[in-house]
Amino acid sequence: MEKTIAGKNITVNEEGYLTDFSQWDEKVGEALAAEANIPLSARHWEILTYLQNEHKNQVALSIRRIGKSGVTDIKEFYQLFPTAPLKTATKIAGIPKPASCI
Amino acid sequence: MNENNGAIKKMMIILSKGTLENVYAAFVLANGARMEGIEAEIFFTFFGLEAVHKKKLEHLHVATVGNPAMHMPTMLGGLPGMEALASSMMKKEMEKIDMPDVHEFLDILTASGVRMWACKLAMDMFHYKKEDLYEGVEEVITVGDFYKHSQGEGVHMLFV
Repeated sequence: MEKTIAGKNITVNEEGYLTDFSQWDEKVGEALAAEANIPLSARHWEILTYLQNEHKNQVALSIRRIGKSGVTDIKEFYQLFPTAPLKTATKIAGIPKPASCI
Repeated sequence: MNENNGAIKKMMIILSKGTLENVYAAFVLANGARMEGIEAEIFFTFFGLEAVHKKKLEHLHVATVGNPAMHMPTMLGGLPGMEALASSMMKKEMEKIDMPDVHEFLDILTASGVRMWACKLAMDMFHYKKEDLYEGVEEVITVGDFYKHSQGEGVHMLFV
């Protein structure tokens, strides 16, 4: 479905995830974060960039992998994105929701 | 029953078994809850305590006897070394799908904010002390304490 955010038209699925990463920019990320009530700090951006790179390299994302990323640890990840961190962070990053159970 | 459209807010998981498949079931459910923004707590009781006993948690096995889903004759499953063999095969498969071992899984649960409790009655029965347990276990509590932790709307309880 179509959605207007940060003055831009984007296409999202029924859960609000961008379906085309090329429509993503930092302003869109900021606006999606605001919808999730998360003010983005420099630490948030480091993690979002990491997630986007992992996605680009077709790495399946999981909480375990976040813990081993060297970018953040699981505890901090939950502090920065308190509710459902992997789901929330991937949505803000403009990449698909990971289909991971761990 | 329909507060907040029945949204699940907290999972209270009681782990009473020490077989690998049951321990993993409880851990995956607790971690999966946190990943969805749902609170989770685990109450370790009876053989479930082995999953947090420092000297035992690395040595949990799958059950080869009395487990029809293993598709192994009971007599064969009872042979010496059979449990260890089946367990090491299962652990190899788990590593392939990026499943952490028990100790790492406990670390993940602790970092994710899962609260863990040990059952006082079972601790007394097995003569375990708090210091025998994994550090993430907050406290040894009674079943009454556990029910108090379970109060509130949208709380679900699960017995493994």
